Amino acid sequence: MKLYEKTAHELHDMLVAKKISAVELTNNLLARIDEKESDIGAYLEITRENALATAEKVDAKIARGEEIAPLEGIPCAIKDNICTKGVKTTCASKILENFVPPYDATVMEKLNAQNLVMLGKANLDEFAMGGSTENSAYHPTKNPWDINRVPGGSSGGSAAAVASGEAIFALGSDTGGSIRQPASFCGVVGLKPTYGRVSRYGLVAFASSLDQIGPITRDVRDCAMVLNAICGNDKMDSTSTAAPVPDFTESLVTYVKNLKIGLPKEYFVSGMDKEIEDAVIEATDVFEKLGAKIVEISLPHTEYAIATYYLIAPAEAATNLERYDGVSYGARVDGVDVVDMMTNTRTEKFGEEVKRRIMIGNYALSAGYYDAYYLKALKVRTLIQNDFTEAFKNVDLVLTGEMVNDPLKMYLQDICTVPTNLAGLPGISIPCGFTREYLPIGVQLIGKPLDEATILRAAYTYEQNQNSGNKIAQ
Amino acid sequence: MKVTEQDIKTVASLSRLKIRPEESARVIEQLDEILTYVDILKSIDTEKISPTTYALPMQNVFREDVVKPSLDRDLALSNAPLKEDGYFKVPRVLEE
Repeated sequence: MKLYEKTAHELHDMLVAKKISAVELTNNLLARIDEKESDIGAYLEITRENALATAEKVDAKIARGEEIAPLEGIPCAIKDNICTKGVKTTCASKILENFVPPYDATVMEKLNAQNLVMLGKANLDEFAMGGSTENSAYHPTKNPWDINRVPGGSSGGSAAAVASGEAIFALGSDTGGSIRQPASFCGVVGLKPTYGRVSRYGLVAFASSLDQIGPITRDVRDCAMVLNAICGNDKMDSTSTAAPVPDFTESLVTYVKNLKIGLPKEYFVSGMDKEIEDAVIEATDVFEKLGAKIVEISLPHTEYAIATYYLIAPAEAATNLERYDGVSYGARVDGVDVVDMMTNTRTEKFGEEVKRRIMIGNYALSAGYYDAYYLKALKVRTLIQNDFTEAFKNVDLVLTGEMVNDPLKMYLQDICTVPTNLAGLPGISIPCGFTREYLPIGVQLIGKPLDEATILRAAYTYEQNQNSGNKIAQ
Repeated sequence: MKVTEQDIKTVASLSRLKIRPEESARVIEQLDEILTYVDILKSIDTEKISPTTYALPMQNVFREDVVKPSLDRDLALSNAPLKEDGYFKVPRVLEE
């Protein structure tokens, strides 16, 4: 049986009904990995023994007649910038080649409490910097729908694993679109929660004011289930919000009557692919038929979002990556004195893209340029956030396209995803069909702060009312 | 060109990165390209706008000042490239 094609909630029901065992399920996924991994390259490391040992624990629990949690025994992939105690966490960088975290990220603690069956650590662009997963220091990941294409990034390993049946769900991280864009390229669901919803403790920092961990899944129900498992205030992350966390599965109702959906005119930029534009229009038609109201809105500072992001993200990255100095962990390359050792270590072990961003960041933060670049970007960030605040006075959510998987238009991708991070808003990418070349297309729903519930409800309604085709690439 | 050879030297030194002489021109070009692009921000009047560092309103987060268990020393040292007697070991910092 092709268990690897099923969703987490279907498999949970099968486990509870004792139609399958957790070990059988894990073996099914491991066999799929053996079959596909040489083509796809979704993983940096496969944790076979750990996965089977946990699956055995789950089976023992079921045999004792105990209740199991929704994700218990469901095999998944974890992006390799999330710290896993005792399991190498490399960030796809040579500088962390041998780093074995002595602690678990908070999301891992939460998931391990549900007997998480982690199949392995998923590939990414080095330190999550990039949008194609070609930028891994180890190997690129391929798009399961067409292995001559990229899977998007930086959570490309996570999205490709879910799309190819090499994992049932995955965790990714999103700083400027790194969950939603690969989800869109791979035809799966990806959600970036509101900034602060999910603890960043143990997520290797890229840009701390933008980073969020989130789920990549086959359907919206799974997405809500994973979100339930990872959200919540955490004493180890003082930027995590104390706002109450609802049960997100309660949002899974097909009801969008009178829901006001805003279409920002600035996102229909020139150069946007006609097929994407058509897909967005089709999606809005589905919503309209179900009673939602489509309203054109304006987010006037959209055109400045990428420039703002190109300053803020590298500035924060340059600061965060100062810790890789060859002293307390990570690689070390010797030198004549301590500064020489640090310089040699960083020069040899960081990849080109990472070094480029460190240079940009330190330039923007350096004396004489701080006000002109970094401070300016922080002020424009306020304007971008204000745009959304204004828009949300009139609409319940915002709908945008996701860009097509075209190497020449990759830079345009960011315009759809980056503003959401700058404003700290939740965003979900859901599949809405395929191009003529049979590449997945995604549509994005952006919600008010802490209102994941509404975008999940809309996404669920949409999913239940259209057929976007296959969920798994063969 | 906005970026000078000297800028690159300063920033590389701040970044603890070595830029080989033959790479310098390419690095200048890359940095210049970004800085030219982000110049569009200059067209916006932000005189009266306050900066946003975090998207959600956050106050100081306090906790009781009490000692709690933390990472065991051996574990904290487990990833050290070089260690000795419970310390991280680094090359000479001061001249003899």
